[in-house]
Amino acid sequence: MKSYQLTCIQCPIGCALTVTVGDGGEVTVTGNTCPRGAAYGEKEVTHPSRTVTSTVPLEGGALPRLPVRTRTDVPKEKIFDIMAQIKKTAVKAPVRSGDTVIENAAGTGVDVIATKTVPAE
Amino acid sequence: MNRHDIIIIGGGPAGLAAAAAAREAGVEDVLILERDVRLGGILNQCIHNGFGLHTFGQELTGPEYAERYADKVEELHIPYKLKTIVADVSADRIVTYVNAEEGVQTVQAGAIVLAMGCRERPRGALGLPGYRPAGIYTAGTAQRLMNVEGYSVGKKVFILGSGDIGLIMARRLTLEGAQVCCVAELMPYSGGLNRNIVQCLNDFNIPLRLSHTVTRIHGKRRVEGVTVSEVDENRRPIPGTEEFYECDTLLLSCGLLPENELSRAAGVKLDRVTGGPVVDDKLMSSVPGVFACGNVLHVHDLVDYVSEEAERAGRQAAEYVRGGGGDGETVVTLEAAGGVRYTVPQFIRPDNMADSVTVRFRVSDVFRDRSVAVYYDGVRVSKRKKRIMAPGEMEQITIRKDGFKAGIPKKITVCVED
Amino acid sequence: MNVNDKEFFDVCVIGAGVVGCAAAMELCRYDLSVCVLEKEEDVCSGTSKANSAIVHAGYDAKPGTLKARMNVRGAELIRRLSRTLDFSYRENGSLVLCFDEGDIPVLESLYERGIKNGVRGLKIISGDEARELEPAVSDKVCAALLAPTAGIVCPFGMTIAFAENAADNGARFRFLTEVKNIERCGEGFALTTSGGAVRARYVVNAAGVYSDKIHNLVCEQKLKITPRRGEYVLLDREVGDLVSHTVFQLPGAYGKGVLVTPTVHGNLLVGPSAEDIEDREDTETTPDGTADVKSKALRSVPGVPYNKVITGFTGLRAHEAGDDFVIGESAPGFFDAAGIESPGLTSAPAIGEYIAALIAEKSGAAPKKDHIDKRVGIPRVAELPAEERSRLIKENPEYGQIVCRCENISAGEIADTVRRRPGAVSLDGVKRRVRQGMGRCQAGFCTPAAAAILARELGIKMEEVRKNAPGSELIKERL
Repeated sequence: MKSYQLTCIQCPIGCALTVTVGDGGEVTVTGNTCPRGAAYGEKEVTHPSRTVTSTVPLEGGALPRLPVRTRTDVPKEKIFDIMAQIKKTAVKAPVRSGDTVIENAAGTGVDVIATKTVPAE
Repeated sequence: MNRHDIIIIGGGPAGLAAAAAAREAGVEDVLILERDVRLGGILNQCIHNGFGLHTFGQELTGPEYAERYADKVEELHIPYKLKTIVADVSADRIVTYVNAEEGVQTVQAGAIVLAMGCRERPRGALGLPGYRPAGIYTAGTAQRLMNVEGYSVGKKVFILGSGDIGLIMARRLTLEGAQVCCVAELMPYSGGLNRNIVQCLNDFNIPLRLSHTVTRIHGKRRVEGVTVSEVDENRRPIPGTEEFYECDTLLLSCGLLPENELSRAAGVKLDRVTGGPVVDDKLMSSVPGVFACGNVLHVHDLVDYVSEEAERAGRQAAEYVRGGGGDGETVVTLEAAGGVRYTVPQFIRPDNMADSVTVRFRVSDVFRDRSVAVYYDGVRVSKRKKRIMAPGEMEQITIRKDGFKAGIPKKITVCVED
Repeated sequence: MNVNDKEFFDVCVIGAGVVGCAAAMELCRYDLSVCVLEKEEDVCSGTSKANSAIVHAGYDAKPGTLKARMNVRGAELIRRLSRTLDFSYRENGSLVLCFDEGDIPVLESLYERGIKNGVRGLKIISGDEARELEPAVSDKVCAALLAPTAGIVCPFGMTIAFAENAADNGARFRFLTEVKNIERCGEGFALTTSGGAVRARYVVNAAGVYSDKIHNLVCEQKLKITPRRGEYVLLDREVGDLVSHTVFQLPGAYGKGVLVTPTVHGNLLVGPSAEDIEDREDTETTPDGTADVKSKALRSVPGVPYNKVITGFTGLRAHEAGDDFVIGESAPGFFDAAGIESPGLTSAPAIGEYIAALIAEKSGAAPKKDHIDKRVGIPRVAELPAEERSRLIKENPEYGQIVCRCENISAGEIADTVRRRPGAVSLDGVKRRVRQGMGRCQAGFCTPAAAAILARELGIKMEEVRKNAPGSELIKERL
């Protein structure tokens, strides 16, 4: 059995959650004051996920960098793999907000997309 | 002299939303003056997600949120001037602006919406002792250098202040390969959102030290380290608690200050607590026809509230230039008391008020399981329990016009009580 | 910058602070080749950049001392030079406050000294008269010395104006060039520096807190300079009119005490503390020093709004045990301008004039025929009338692009700083020339843009842009 101490981020209250994962994989959450907290606690321990945002170099536009993000959240443990791939990527203007910059980033099945429209100069 | 019905000073989230709302309220002649090279203001450098949950029901990044409003301004064909600085605003609404193409221009405005935003508290204003080397940045400047210009400001970074920009930068720097040694916060609580503490600090094992501050900056040319001390309940460093952190960069995320130089020039009365204009329920300042919204009015926690407030200011400015309403004689003062630091608006003109008015405020401390109470001339009219209130987050109450049926109070008091 | 071995100058000035630049400027009135050596990357990088920015009327120094003589003459020169060389100066007058009836004799002796030193317009006034002039001063003031000829000056503006006028008249400046040794060589001197060897017939020692080290390389009779640390706090322009005169307290053992003064740029300045230290580079601000200055100033002006502080800084004064300036030919061909503490800023042009005259006499150099007297500074575009401003913007659109919005400084003015001679090579150099970043946000917003202009004008990468000397680079790397 393993136990985790977390701060719930679903609302400003910030409940101190204790999440335990039993040997059979059963998850119990305590310390929460609402169902959203329980769901958050369980997800944070079983398959935590994050949105990754960064920038890539941009050529031929008014900006030197293009802001990007993963289209949806991705497994937390993939953050640095995705960053490594982002760091190897460069883009040419024009680009539209929502355009795919990296397909299937780090094998997560999630694309990295542009978050700004930059016309060619 | 050229004339415009409404001039909006600032093309950030507040200015853009105000412009669109003014146009949609039927005023054709709206002009936005923006000092930067693009619309969107500070959101352009806030490349992280977390914006727009209230407005759009989804989590956008700063540039995405800004683009929605900028697109709207484009669709409505609202003219704007970039790289244009407003040099002066007079009490009779003459706006002097300067840019490279037109030189110095003066224009008469029917109404003005102040939407200049805020700036960060610098090192000097914090009185941090030590040398004055390179490598001390406010978090927002470092954010701009990284996210817009594409430069890394440091390899080993200490962050003072747990404001959201500082927390966001802790993660950003870490993702780009820098080492963030610590975030120190003078107060016994963080100024940032829980979510940012979890996702920007805890995710990367960056320690947060509450009730600590920097008491010495080392390094004559470039930052070489900082001495950090614990502070007592009066926020004074406790001798003997000094610890040295080696670092090449110090980021400061220690509060934001509304930027009201132009408001002052126009004779707009400012609130000592918010640092922004004193406004009525129509967001009009003490100078007739001059409205304010966004972070120039008071520093907001969420941009969604900025947009909503700015739309209100834009609509009211439109109403003003059409000569609508009139203010009426009666004035109700809003008073911030016990645990409430300020209210915006600071007063209401009930003769011509909307059916309901949202009053926003911040509390002075972390309060758990306390209530927000509202008094009309000393008589309590409402009391609402809150699980938690914190200085980092804005609170709000609603004043309804039909609540005045029994008589219009002279003073409305908002306070925290048990 | 390597100094060519073969270069031989008539005069080599060590130190490009206000005294060194004044000496160079005055030496350039004669047919003399002049070189200024400076260990930092720019002029005005030591004591000259961190002081009270006061043009003292001249009642403090003992009659007959060099301090007294140079002060009175210097104040006269600054008044004139501020017009011909285009730097900010204002005759705002000063008050010395007396809080105790028992101290009135001290105030009277100051008055007497002033009269002996030739200061015009001095007057002892009552506490009420002082409060009428300056409503913000303390109720406890019982008398004051009014000196209407005292003034305030921009210390950077003045030093840079002197340097530019010297350069216009042929002076050469060598930065990042620290003098390591001086030896006699034939009729002159051979100087070993971090940037190579330089030879000169005459040497002027204007090395500030290092002037004893330079002196002791050449002279038999040794000097000892003690760095005296002074901390200041600078307040927002919003409260710059709290006082209009420079408000002093009766002087004590460590100098003229804590003053409260407007600056020529409209800020309010409070300081300095006084602490003798060893380290000649110790310009740290300290909690104790800052607290000391703040509390002492409240004695004069109880309402100083310290919530409007925009920055704090520390300067070092070069204090010499004899308590007077050390000026003159200390060894054959070697001229000292050492121990220049307060009223050093005021005295600087007089010291320069005096030393230049000594060297001219000794060398027999004739006045330069085509000497340029006038110097026009970088236009302060935002302060010009609208039409004039528009005209300049039409000529150079970058004058219409505001970068520093606290002080209203345009991209054009920032670019100009690099194009001047000697020009800015660092952000501190830009700041001292046009005030970019000196306002209430303390360069928070404009650092990226100013750095980009500096990089463009210098033809360097952003990563090479520095705050001041090497080692102070702002950016670590490109992402």
